[in-house]
Amino acid sequence: MNRPTDEFFQRDRTWHPPAYARDYKTSVARSPSLPLLSLQQSLSEVTGPTFGHRDIGPLDHDLIRNYAHGGEPVGERIIVHGRVLDENARPVPNTLVEVWQANAGGRYRHKKDTYLAPIDPNFGGCGRALTDEEGRYFFRTVKPGAYPWRNWVNNWRPAHIHVSVFGSGFAQRLITQMYFEGDPLIHRCPIVNTIPDPRAIDSLIAPLDLNAAVPLDSLAYKFDIVLRGRRSTLFENRLEGN
Amino acid sequence: MSQPLDYLKETPSQTAGPYVHIGLAPGAAGFEIFETELGRDIAGPNAAGERIRIEGTVFDGTGAPMKDVLIETWQANAAGIHPHPADPRVSEVEAGFRGWGRVISDFDTGLWSVDTVKPGAVRGRSGRMMAPHISLWIVARGINVGLQTRLYFGDEDAANAADPLLNLIEQVHRRATLIAERTAPGRYRFDIHLQGDRETVFFDI
Repeated sequence: MNRPTDEFFQRDRTWHPPAYARDYKTSVARSPSLPLLSLQQSLSEVTGPTFGHRDIGPLDHDLIRNYAHGGEPVGERIIVHGRVLDENARPVPNTLVEVWQANAGGRYRHKKDTYLAPIDPNFGGCGRALTDEEGRYFFRTVKPGAYPWRNWVNNWRPAHIHVSVFGSGFAQRLITQMYFEGDPLIHRCPIVNTIPDPRAIDSLIAPLDLNAAVPLDSLAYKFDIVLRGRRSTLFENRLEGN
Repeated sequence: MSQPLDYLKETPSQTAGPYVHIGLAPGAAGFEIFETELGRDIAGPNAAGERIRIEGTVFDGTGAPMKDVLIETWQANAAGIHPHPADPRVSEVEAGFRGWGRVISDFDTGLWSVDTVKPGAVRGRSGRMMAPHISLWIVARGINVGLQTRLYFGDEDAANAADPLLNLIEQVHRRATLIAERTAPGRYRFDIHLQGDRETVFFDI
């Protein structure tokens, strides 16, 4: 690769959670203990998988209908919408956004989830969408419930939706979680609190967006996602043999 | 005071959690929902090159196999071309070659496996050739930011010895943590260790 304009900005590791976060117990044995090796990017990192409309189905973004078995899921009907942007505030078009979540009672449709809240026969809990030319995406779903998890004796996850995004290069690959404005569990959650900077936590909290609500039908929350920006270098001194 | 820089900040990462399969591999979570699950076929039927299978296990810091890991792979084809518009030779990629795969570890054993074609060498920065490799991205419960690393091939000694990334690793014995062992024709073994004497080299890219 001889075009430095293809490269992504350095990832700000002080903004992301550290690998080792004592109060999120599972991270203790699952965090590398040696420093990461800093790499300059090559074609292997600035390229990544591409997706098209052939990859997804027409109901994949509608969690109210994509697993309906003769009825609709129980819960507060919501729309989650937003844009995928990069750090230069440019839209990221045609990128795959995948989501998964618990049902309204806080139970996941997963063979390993044993929480006592019931499975909803009409709710699968996963969806996917491609962003449009302006980076916009939306899902329709029900608001997930809070649920307990084994960390401290009495830990509860705030209501959240898991979000996976690709971007245009493999170095942009990101998984995060979206929380809901006003939830008192957010700041009590050891997973949320792995993030050191309160402004970074705020960026994961989706505000209620009444303008996007559908009257007499669904509330709406807005969640913008920012991926790493690409450099556009004006002058570049090449180091020989680098 | 100075003018503000108006860059946005990247959305911070959060763990994929224990139920990552629901979103990214729902069949494994125990239900069928999508017509096609993505990432199952890396090379497609038309790809040239040697068909290979790579198997491995991810181990946590206590030495236990991790049974809830999801790994994504990204690679060039056998001619060293990535199926992406930034690759100047993208038009030569075989129809159906995606270059990208997604696998999960077995819930009982922690074993994962990838079926693909062996990638070719890729031109790196300033024209230096990089030995054949597959980029890996590893997420799971307890991993706060997806871990990035590369898999190289144990039967590529000369190319590996000249590889610019492997040569960046100061502790020479740690280079072996990125090299898959060839166990039989077309078969490789690649174990990943998050901590300990054999801790895999992970990258900040």
